Amino acid sequence: MIVAKRPKLELLDRAFVDRIVDEGLQLLERQGIMIENAEALDLLGGAGADIDRTAQRARLKRSLVERCLASTPASVTLYDRSGEKAFVVGGDEVHFDPGSSAVTMLDHETQEERQAITRDLVDFYKLVETLEHLHFQSTGLISSDVPPGASDAYRLYVGLCLSTKPFVTGTFRVEGFKPMRDLLAAVRGGQEELRRKPLAIFDACPSPPLMWSHLTAQSLIDSARAGIPSELISMGMTGATSPVTIAGTLVQHVAENLCGLVVCQVASPGAPVIFGGSPSSFDMRKGTTPMGAVETMMIDAAYAQIAKALNLPTHAYMGLSDAKVNDPQAGLETAMGAVLGALAGVNVISGPGMLDFESAQSLEKLVIDDGICAMVYRLLAGIAQRDEPLALGLFEGFTPGMQFLSHPHTRHWYRKEHISAGLADRDPYDAWVAAGRTSIVDKAHEEVAKRIRAFAAPSLDEALGKELESIMAAYARSQGAEKLPPLLQ
Amino acid sequence: MKEDLYRDIREAVVAGDRVRAAELARAAVGSGLDLLEVVEKGTVPGIQRVGELWEQGEYFLPELISSAEAMKAAMAVIDPVLARSEARTRTAGIAVIGTIEGDIHDIGKNLVASMLQAGGFEVHDLGADVALERFIDKAEAVGAGFICLSALLTTTMINQRKLIGLLRERGLRDKYKVLVGGAPASAKWAEDIGADGYAENAVSAVKLAKALAGRG
Repeated sequence: MIVAKRPKLELLDRAFVDRIVDEGLQLLERQGIMIENAEALDLLGGAGADIDRTAQRARLKRSLVERCLASTPASVTLYDRSGEKAFVVGGDEVHFDPGSSAVTMLDHETQEERQAITRDLVDFYKLVETLEHLHFQSTGLISSDVPPGASDAYRLYVGLCLSTKPFVTGTFRVEGFKPMRDLLAAVRGGQEELRRKPLAIFDACPSPPLMWSHLTAQSLIDSARAGIPSELISMGMTGATSPVTIAGTLVQHVAENLCGLVVCQVASPGAPVIFGGSPSSFDMRKGTTPMGAVETMMIDAAYAQIAKALNLPTHAYMGLSDAKVNDPQAGLETAMGAVLGALAGVNVISGPGMLDFESAQSLEKLVIDDGICAMVYRLLAGIAQRDEPLALGLFEGFTPGMQFLSHPHTRHWYRKEHISAGLADRDPYDAWVAAGRTSIVDKAHEEVAKRIRAFAAPSLDEALGKELESIMAAYARSQGAEKLPPLLQ
Repeated sequence: MKEDLYRDIREAVVAGDRVRAAELARAAVGSGLDLLEVVEKGTVPGIQRVGELWEQGEYFLPELISSAEAMKAAMAVIDPVLARSEARTRTAGIAVIGTIEGDIHDIGKNLVASMLQAGGFEVHDLGADVALERFIDKAEAVGAGFICLSALLTTTMINQRKLIGLLRERGLRDKYKVLVGGAPASAKWAEDIGADGYAENAVSAVKLAKALAGRG
């Protein structure tokens, strides 16, 4: 049987990849990177980097970077809450997660964005738990009804109570790391168990150009030591905080990411690292950072290709839109990004549900985007041979006007070969009118209500539930909150 | 001929050529021309043309920012000489500008500062992550008419409201026109917090400031 070919997108030829990496390494050697973290500078200095403490600058020799690349795992496996289900983050495996850290929710009734509160976070987690094609959760919303000082750990806490999927998350404060790690370790039954079976990825973003802040460098160090995979999110804005040419931005992207990787490795050799990003083709009229621009997607696909050449797991913010409502722009930008990201083999694609320059989430969009992801997975599965011979047998005894609908072959294969329509409208016109002229957004809204109504939280061991609550309550108290909002489970 | 110089300075500003603009400004100073006229017929029409090109959708941020820099370069040569002479530099107004406390984003704010300056305002740019009191202290110290606040984060933009509250507390609210900007801000937001105005970009910010200055 001929094996299905996995479709693939490559924007750069090998020589170009090598050139970009080479310039990135030269940049690290010549200009270096600013790191506002004394411990990181110490670690790098100890590993032979050239450190200027006053300027908080580190110049990394090529040999140091290459050594660190060699010690970084080519793939990371995440496990769900039970520890049974594994997800390989490496090779060309693709996993979608909802775009993270939105601050507003698009309210379907009013079509306006409003500040997200715990209630929204709960609905978000419940819905994503049921969406088959989003393999991971993300701590997608920041609740405005908890003290900002506790909000990083809080969204993880709520998620762990409601969902079994692995999490893409991150710290907002250095102090947030410990309670978040403790929550994860409690679920696993210990720090070592957490190291063996990662449950979450911690995102950390350098500040373009060429800087790692105190908080983000600390996240790299702490995560590396705990065995928590760090996802490095370089986010140059072309022509504003990175070179305006795509090739130029890629050089900066490589330098920033590799510096982060080196910090992880010197903190803990062998630490899992994911080469990621959220760069954008800066809009020269509006001064905004469009995730829906095709050049943004090209930058993502290209750096993923470069990371694969370096044998690293990859991530990107794709499959999202800058639109403020669920309109054609939202659909087209999300779909293009999801398809391009998957064809580029990006391992963790963060984006579904997201609108408005990574600041808003929409429950209806999550459902629609899950449908896009379903199509993407079907595309990745490619075209399989299925039969030997392919079709000649079916045409034995051919008569004009023969039909396939009643053929056993059709009944046998149709569900394996063709996915369901999902929410896409496939009605003939009159039927669509008779059914009420509904749009995909209307249907998604009904689907949201249906899924949330039917949701039954996957059972959480009572003792574990209490332990999670106690860890969270202690941290919240330290941030000035005597009480947490009810989870309305 | 001085008409040629005025034209050349205008063109250097429109082209965003700060080296040439400074060169021409030095030539103007060197040949003893009436510097107020150099400004009125050279740099100011230059930057006005830039504003037109922006509004027509011909010029974008890179052009805007380099033209503002070219204007600044020319004025850096001309201002000190004007200040020394008897002639007073007519300013459109005095503005204090900065990115609000807690926020380090400054690309937009820098552009507004440059364009205000190019538009004839005396600008005191306090930078980013500016404590609220500093805005007020500086405005008092320089006799400003405008306090311009930028914020890029929904979490820091609430400090714009706080600043207005502080001004009220100190009985200073009516002394200043407070203008707000930044991605999360809007005309509605400006209204909600009791600011005097909101501008979406640097060109409209200058227009707004001039309009408010005109009303005294």
